[in-house]
Amino acid sequence: MKFQISNIKYKNSGVLTLLLTACCLLLTAGEARAMHIAEGILPFNWAALWFAVSIPFVAYGLRRLKILSRTDLSVKPLVGLLAAIVFVISCMPIPVPTAGTCSHPGGTAIPAILVGPSISVLVAAVALLIQALFLAHGGLTTLGADIASMGVMGAFTGFAVFKLLRRFHVNLSLSAFFAGMLSDWAIYLATSVELAAGIRGDAAFIPLFTKIVIAFVPTQLPLGILEGVMTAGMVSLLARRRVDLLVKLGVIEPEHAGETV
Amino acid sequence: MKIINFKLQITNSGLILIFLLTTCHVSLVTAPLAAKWGGVDESVVEKYAEEHGRAAREPLINTDQGDLLLFLFLLAGTVGGFIAGYYWKQLTEKKKGTKVVQDNSKAV
Repeated sequence: MKFQISNIKYKNSGVLTLLLTACCLLLTAGEARAMHIAEGILPFNWAALWFAVSIPFVAYGLRRLKILSRTDLSVKPLVGLLAAIVFVISCMPIPVPTAGTCSHPGGTAIPAILVGPSISVLVAAVALLIQALFLAHGGLTTLGADIASMGVMGAFTGFAVFKLLRRFHVNLSLSAFFAGMLSDWAIYLATSVELAAGIRGDAAFIPLFTKIVIAFVPTQLPLGILEGVMTAGMVSLLARRRVDLLVKLGVIEPEHAGETV
Repeated sequence: MKIINFKLQITNSGLILIFLLTTCHVSLVTAPLAAKWGGVDESVVEKYAEEHGRAAREPLINTDQGDLLLFLFLLAGTVGGFIAGYYWKQLTEKKKGTKVVQDNSKAV
Protein backbone atom coordinates (compact mmCIF):
# COMPACT_ATOMS: atom_id res chain seq x y z
CA MET A 1 0.00 0.00 0.00
CA LYS A 2 2.79 2.35 0.98
CA PHE A 3 4.60 1.62 -2.25
CA GLN A 4 1.44 2.25 -4.27
CA ILE A 5 1.04 5.66 -2.62
CA SER A 6 4.72 6.39 -3.27
CA ASN A 7 4.30 5.43 -6.92
CA ILE A 8 1.27 7.70 -7.32
CA LYS A 9 3.18 10.53 -5.67
CA TYR A 10 6.10 9.86 -7.97
CA LYS A 11 3.87 9.94 -11.07
CA ASN A 12 2.33 13.23 -9.98
CA SER A 13 5.71 14.75 -9.19
CA GLY A 14 6.94 13.58 -12.62
CA VAL A 15 4.10 15.40 -14.36
CA LEU A 16 4.68 18.46 -12.20
CA THR A 17 8.40 18.38 -12.93
CA LEU A 18 7.75 18.21 -16.67
CA LEU A 19 5.42 21.18 -16.43
CA LEU A 20 7.81 23.21 -14.29
CA THR A 21 10.80 22.41 -16.50
CA ALA A 22 8.95 23.49 -19.63
CA CYS A 23 7.71 26.69 -18.01
CA CYS A 24 11.04 27.65 -16.43
CA LEU A 25 12.96 27.06 -19.63
CA LEU A 26 10.48 28.93 -21.77
CA LEU A 27 10.33 31.82 -19.33
CA THR A 28 13.91 32.54 -20.26
CA ALA A 29 13.02 32.67 -23.92
CA GLY A 30 12.76 36.37 -24.65
CA GLU A 31 13.61 37.05 -28.26
CA ALA A 32 16.06 34.25 -28.66
CA ARG A 33 15.78 32.15 -31.75
CA ALA A 34 18.32 29.81 -33.14
CA MET A 35 18.78 27.41 -35.98
CA HIS A 36 15.43 28.25 -37.64
CA ILE A 37 16.10 30.28 -40.76
CA ALA A 38 14.19 33.55 -40.58
CA GLU A 39 11.74 34.93 -43.13
CA GLY A 40 13.29 36.29 -46.33
CA ILE A 41 16.81 34.93 -45.90
CA LEU A 42 16.55 32.27 -48.59
CA PRO A 43 15.80 33.28 -52.17
CA PHE A 44 12.53 31.99 -53.67
CA ASN A 45 14.05 29.17 -55.75
CA TRP A 46 15.95 27.72 -52.78
CA ALA A 47 12.94 28.08 -50.46
CA ALA A 48 10.81 26.25 -53.07
CA LEU A 49 13.40 23.50 -53.46
CA TRP A 50 13.45 22.79 -49.70
CA PHE A 51 9.65 22.63 -49.69
CA ALA A 52 9.81 20.10 -52.53
CA VAL A 53 12.34 18.07 -50.55
CA SER A 54 10.41 18.04 -47.28
CA ILE A 55 6.77 17.67 -48.41
CA PRO A 56 7.05 13.97 -49.43
CA PHE A 57 8.57 13.14 -46.02
CA VAL A 58 5.74 14.95 -44.21
CA ALA A 59 3.12 13.17 -46.35
CA TYR A 60 4.72 9.78 -45.69
CA GLY A 61 4.89 10.57 -41.95
CA LEU A 62 1.16 11.30 -41.94
CA ARG A 63 0.47 7.99 -43.68
CA ARG A 64 2.67 6.06 -41.20
CA LEU A 65 0.89 7.72 -38.28
CA LYS A 66 -2.51 6.69 -39.65
CA ILE A 67 -1.36 3.09 -40.16
CA LEU A 68 0.29 2.82 -36.75
CA SER A 69 -2.57 4.40 -34.81
CA ARG A 70 -5.08 2.06 -36.50
CA THR A 71 -3.25 -1.00 -35.19
CA ASP A 72 -2.12 0.30 -31.80
CA LEU A 73 -4.06 2.68 -29.57
CA SER A 74 -1.04 3.54 -27.41
CA VAL A 75 0.66 5.24 -30.38
CA LYS A 76 -1.59 8.30 -30.16
CA PRO A 77 -0.66 9.34 -26.59
CA LEU A 78 2.97 8.55 -27.37
CA VAL A 79 2.97 10.75 -30.47
CA GLY A 80 1.11 13.45 -28.50
CA LEU A 81 3.81 13.33 -25.83
CA LEU A 82 6.60 13.40 -28.42
CA ALA A 83 5.03 16.28 -30.36
CA ALA A 84 4.80 18.35 -27.16
CA ILE A 85 8.40 17.49 -26.28
CA VAL A 86 9.73 18.41 -29.75
CA PHE A 87 7.73 21.64 -29.74
CA VAL A 88 9.00 22.69 -26.30
CA ILE A 89 12.60 21.57 -26.89
CA SER A 90 12.90 23.23 -30.30
CA CYS A 91 11.86 26.65 -29.04
CA MET A 92 13.90 26.44 -25.85
CA PRO A 93 16.95 28.71 -26.04
CA ILE A 94 19.75 27.32 -23.91
CA PRO A 95 22.60 29.64 -22.90
CA VAL A 96 25.99 28.18 -23.80
CA PRO A 97 28.57 29.81 -21.50
CA THR A 98 31.52 28.72 -23.67
CA ALA A 99 30.16 30.77 -26.58
CA GLY A 100 28.12 33.47 -24.82
CA THR A 101 25.21 32.72 -27.15
CA CYS A 102 21.95 30.79 -27.01
CA SER A 103 20.72 27.99 -29.19
CA HIS A 104 18.22 25.17 -29.00
CA PRO A 105 18.29 21.41 -29.50
CA GLY A 106 16.18 19.87 -32.26
CA GLY A 107 14.61 17.08 -30.22
CA THR A 108 13.76 15.01 -33.30
CA ALA A 109 16.00 12.08 -32.38
CA ILE A 110 13.64 11.08 -29.54
CA PRO A 111 10.55 10.49 -31.74
CA ALA A 112 12.77 9.02 -34.48
CA ILE A 113 13.98 6.33 -32.09
CA LEU A 114 10.56 5.65 -30.59
CA VAL A 115 8.10 5.90 -33.49
CA GLY A 116 10.32 6.05 -36.56
CA PRO A 117 11.88 8.94 -38.50
CA SER A 118 8.96 9.65 -40.83
CA ILE A 119 6.56 10.38 -37.95
CA SER A 120 9.34 12.43 -36.39
CA VAL A 121 9.43 14.60 -39.55
CA LEU A 122 5.68 15.12 -39.24
CA VAL A 123 5.99 16.10 -35.57
CA ALA A 124 8.81 18.54 -36.42
CA ALA A 125 6.74 20.06 -39.26
CA VAL A 126 3.80 20.76 -36.93
CA ALA A 127 6.08 22.26 -34.26
CA LEU A 128 7.90 24.43 -36.80
CA LEU A 129 4.65 25.65 -38.36
CA ILE A 130 3.24 26.79 -34.99
CA GLN A 131 6.55 28.47 -34.13
CA ALA A 132 6.70 30.26 -37.50
CA LEU A 133 3.09 31.42 -37.22
CA PHE A 134 2.90 32.62 -33.63
CA LEU A 135 6.36 32.78 -32.06
CA ALA A 136 8.32 34.72 -34.73
CA HIS A 137 10.60 31.68 -34.66
CA GLY A 138 11.63 30.76 -38.20
CA GLY A 139 9.84 31.94 -41.33
CA LEU A 140 6.91 30.62 -43.32
CA THR A 141 8.78 30.87 -46.64
CA THR A 142 11.75 29.09 -45.05
CA LEU A 143 9.56 26.44 -43.39
CA GLY A 144 10.55 23.82 -46.00
CA ALA A 145 14.25 24.40 -45.29
CA ASP A 146 13.67 24.21 -41.52
CA ILE A 147 11.69 20.95 -41.90
CA ALA A 148 14.44 19.52 -44.11
CA SER A 149 17.16 20.28 -41.56
CA MET A 150 15.44 19.75 -38.21
CA GLY A 151 12.91 17.17 -39.33
CA VAL A 152 14.41 15.10 -42.13
CA MET A 153 18.11 15.39 -41.36
CA GLY A 154 17.73 15.31 -37.57
CA ALA A 155 15.30 12.41 -37.48
CA PHE A 156 16.97 10.17 -40.06
CA THR A 157 20.45 10.72 -38.61
CA GLY A 158 19.22 9.95 -35.07
CA PHE A 159 17.36 6.87 -36.25
CA ALA A 160 20.29 5.54 -38.32
CA VAL A 161 22.83 6.07 -35.54
CA PHE A 162 20.56 4.40 -32.96
CA LYS A 163 19.86 1.37 -35.17
CA LEU A 164 23.53 1.01 -36.12
CA LEU A 165 24.73 1.10 -32.53
CA ARG A 166 22.02 -1.31 -31.38
CA ARG A 167 23.06 -3.71 -34.14
CA PHE A 168 26.52 -3.74 -32.51
CA HIS A 169 24.84 -4.48 -29.14
CA VAL A 170 25.63 -1.06 -27.66
CA ASN A 171 23.71 -0.27 -24.47
CA LEU A 172 20.29 1.38 -24.96
CA SER A 173 21.12 4.66 -23.19
CA LEU A 174 24.48 5.02 -24.90
CA SER A 175 22.92 4.38 -28.32
CA ALA A 176 20.25 7.00 -27.60
CA PHE A 177 22.93 9.44 -26.39
CA PHE A 178 24.93 9.19 -29.62
CA ALA A 179 21.74 9.31 -31.69
CA GLY A 180 20.70 12.57 -29.99
CA MET A 181 24.14 14.14 -30.18
CA LEU A 182 24.82 13.30 -33.83
CA SER A 183 21.27 14.23 -34.78
CA ASP A 184 21.81 17.72 -33.33
CA TRP A 185 25.09 18.18 -35.17
CA ALA A 186 23.51 16.90 -38.39
CA ILE A 187 20.75 19.51 -38.08
CA TYR A 188 23.31 22.31 -37.94
CA LEU A 189 25.32 20.83 -40.80
CA ALA A 190 22.14 20.78 -42.90
CA THR A 191 21.32 24.36 -41.86
CA SER A 192 24.83 25.39 -42.94
CA VAL A 193 24.32 23.73 -46.34
CA GLU A 194 20.94 25.43 -46.80
CA LEU A 195 22.29 28.80 -45.77
CA ALA A 196 25.51 28.64 -47.77
CA ALA A 197 23.69 27.44 -50.90
CA GLY A 198 20.95 30.05 -50.55
CA ILE A 199 22.93 33.19 -49.78
CA ARG A 200 26.23 32.63 -51.62
CA GLY A 201 25.33 34.43 -54.86
CA ASP A 202 28.56 34.34 -56.89
CA ALA A 203 30.74 33.29 -53.96
CA ALA A 204 32.18 29.77 -53.75
CA PHE A 205 30.06 27.29 -51.80
CA ILE A 206 32.68 25.32 -49.84
CA PRO A 207 34.52 28.26 -48.15
CA LEU A 208 31.22 29.87 -47.12
CA PHE A 209 29.81 26.55 -45.88
CA THR A 210 32.99 25.93 -43.85
CA LYS A 211 32.84 29.45 -42.38
CA ILE A 212 29.21 28.94 -41.26
CA VAL A 213 29.92 25.48 -39.78
CA ILE A 214 32.89 26.85 -37.82
CA ALA A 215 30.72 29.72 -36.54
CA PHE A 216 28.16 27.19 -35.25
CA VAL A 217 30.74 24.97 -33.51
CA PRO A 218 31.26 26.82 -30.16
CA THR A 219 27.50 26.78 -29.50
CA GLN A 220 26.44 23.50 -31.07
CA LEU A 221 29.26 21.28 -29.87
CA PRO A 222 28.22 21.44 -26.18
CA LEU A 223 24.54 21.68 -27.09
CA GLY A 224 24.78 18.45 -29.09
CA ILE A 225 26.14 16.72 -25.99
CA LEU A 226 23.21 18.11 -23.98
CA GLU A 227 20.78 16.84 -26.62
CA GLY A 228 22.43 13.43 -26.33
CA VAL A 229 21.87 13.44 -22.57
CA MET A 230 18.23 14.48 -23.00
CA THR A 231 17.61 11.77 -25.61
CA ALA A 232 19.25 9.08 -23.49
CA GLY A 233 17.28 10.24 -20.43
CA MET A 234 13.95 10.13 -22.24
CA VAL A 235 14.51 6.74 -23.87
CA SER A 236 15.85 5.09 -20.70
CA LEU A 237 13.01 6.58 -18.63
CA LEU A 238 10.46 5.09 -21.03
CA ALA A 239 12.36 1.80 -21.00
CA ARG A 240 12.01 1.68 -17.22
CA ARG A 241 8.36 2.69 -17.15
CA ARG A 242 6.97 1.07 -20.35
CA VAL A 243 9.38 -1.52 -21.61
CA ASP A 244 6.42 -3.36 -23.20
CA LEU A 245 5.73 -0.33 -25.39
CA LEU A 246 9.33 -0.11 -26.56
CA VAL A 247 9.31 -3.83 -27.39
CA LYS A 248 6.05 -3.44 -29.28
CA LEU A 249 7.45 -0.51 -31.27
CA GLY A 250 10.56 -2.50 -32.13
CA VAL A 251 12.92 -0.21 -30.20
CA ILE A 252 14.07 -3.12 -28.01
CA GLU A 253 14.17 -6.78 -28.96
CA PRO A 254 11.98 -8.92 -26.64
CA GLU A 255 15.04 -10.89 -25.49
CA HIS A 256 16.71 -7.61 -24.40
CA ALA A 257 13.65 -6.32 -22.53
CA GLY A 258 15.23 -7.02 -19.16
CA GLU A 259 18.66 -5.59 -19.90
CA THR A 260 20.11 -2.67 -17.95
CA VAL A 261 19.19 0.61 -19.63
CA MET B 1 12.83 -5.69 -6.34
CA LYS B 2 10.15 -3.10 -5.63
CA ILE B 3 12.47 -1.32 -3.23
CA ILE B 4 15.24 -1.19 -5.87
CA ASN B 5 12.79 0.22 -8.46
CA PHE B 6 11.57 2.78 -5.96
CA LYS B 7 15.17 3.84 -5.23
CA LEU B 8 15.82 4.18 -8.97
CA GLN B 9 12.73 6.35 -9.31
CA ILE B 10 13.86 8.56 -6.43
CA THR B 11 17.30 8.91 -8.07
CA ASN B 12 15.69 9.83 -11.39
CA SER B 13 13.41 12.45 -9.90
CA GLY B 14 16.40 13.79 -7.96
CA LEU B 15 18.39 14.15 -11.17
CA ILE B 16 15.48 15.88 -12.92
CA LEU B 17 15.14 18.27 -9.98
CA ILE B 18 18.86 19.07 -10.03
CA PHE B 19 18.58 19.80 -13.77
CA LEU B 20 15.55 22.01 -13.12
CA LEU B 21 17.24 23.95 -10.31
CA THR B 22 20.44 24.39 -12.32
CA THR B 23 18.44 25.70 -15.27
CA CYS B 24 16.54 28.14 -13.05
CA HIS B 25 19.80 29.29 -11.48
CA VAL B 26 21.47 29.80 -14.87
CA SER B 27 18.39 31.69 -16.08
CA LEU B 28 18.41 34.01 -13.09
CA VAL B 29 22.14 34.62 -13.23
CA THR B 30 22.14 35.29 -16.96
CA ALA B 31 18.94 37.34 -17.04
CA PRO B 32 20.71 40.73 -16.62
CA LEU B 33 23.11 39.72 -19.40
CA ALA B 34 20.26 39.00 -21.82
CA ALA B 35 21.73 41.20 -24.55
CA LYS B 36 24.92 39.18 -24.46
CA TRP B 37 23.12 35.87 -24.89
CA GLY B 38 21.83 36.38 -28.41
CA GLY B 39 20.69 33.39 -30.45
CA VAL B 40 22.92 31.86 -33.13
CA ASP B 41 20.30 32.98 -35.62
CA GLU B 42 21.60 36.51 -35.10
CA SER B 43 25.27 35.76 -34.51
CA VAL B 44 25.58 33.25 -37.36
CA VAL B 45 22.56 32.93 -39.69
CA GLU B 46 21.54 36.59 -40.02
CA LYS B 47 25.13 37.83 -39.85
CA TYR B 48 26.28 35.77 -42.84
CA ALA B 49 23.02 36.36 -44.71
CA GLU B 50 23.42 40.13 -44.36
CA GLU B 51 27.03 39.91 -45.50
CA HIS B 52 25.73 38.33 -48.71
CA GLY B 53 22.88 40.79 -49.16
CA ARG B 54 20.03 38.65 -47.77
CA ALA B 55 18.58 40.45 -44.75
CA ALA B 56 15.78 38.84 -42.71
CA ARG B 57 12.26 40.19 -43.26
CA GLU B 58 9.59 40.75 -40.63
CA PRO B 59 7.59 37.59 -39.95
CA LEU B 60 4.12 37.38 -41.54
CA ILE B 61 2.49 37.57 -38.11
CA ASN B 62 4.88 39.74 -36.13
CA THR B 63 4.46 38.84 -32.48
CA ASP B 64 7.89 40.24 -31.64
CA GLN B 65 6.38 43.39 -30.10
CA GLY B 66 6.96 44.39 -26.49
CA ASP B 67 6.08 41.62 -24.06
CA LEU B 68 3.73 39.90 -26.51
CA LEU B 69 6.38 37.39 -27.57
CA LEU B 70 7.26 36.67 -23.94
CA PHE B 71 3.58 35.98 -23.25
CA LEU B 72 3.30 33.67 -26.26
CA PHE B 73 6.44 31.75 -25.28
CA LEU B 74 5.09 31.34 -21.76
CA LEU B 75 1.71 30.22 -23.10
CA ALA B 76 3.36 27.78 -25.52
CA GLY B 77 5.52 26.39 -22.72
CA THR B 78 2.59 25.95 -20.38
CA VAL B 79 0.40 24.28 -22.99
CA GLY B 80 3.30 22.14 -24.28
CA GLY B 81 4.25 21.14 -20.73
CA PHE B 82 0.64 20.29 -19.87
CA ILE B 83 0.20 18.13 -22.98
CA ALA B 84 3.51 16.36 -22.35
CA GLY B 85 2.57 15.72 -18.71
CA TYR B 86 -0.95 14.55 -19.61
CA TYR B 87 0.23 12.01 -22.19
CA TRP B 88 3.13 10.90 -19.98
CA LYS B 89 0.60 10.09 -17.27
CA GLN B 90 -1.56 8.19 -19.77
CA LEU B 91 1.39 6.18 -20.97
CA THR B 92 2.89 5.31 -17.62
CA GLU B 93 -0.27 4.34 -15.80
CA LYS B 94 0.09 0.72 -14.73
CA LYS B 95 -1.54 -1.65 -17.17
CA LYS B 96 -1.76 -5.09 -15.61
CA GLY B 97 -1.61 -8.10 -17.91
CA THR B 98 -0.09 -6.19 -20.84
CA LYS B 99 1.39 -8.67 -23.26
CA VAL B 100 4.83 -8.05 -24.71
CA VAL B 101 4.41 -8.56 -28.44
CA GLN B 102 6.88 -7.23 -30.99
CA ASP B 103 5.51 -5.42 -34.02
CA ASN B 104 7.81 -6.40 -36.87
CA SER B 105 5.80 -4.37 -39.38
CA LYS B 106 7.41 -1.12 -38.24
CA ALA B 107 9.10 0.48 -41.20
CA VAL B 108 10.98 3.68 -41.81
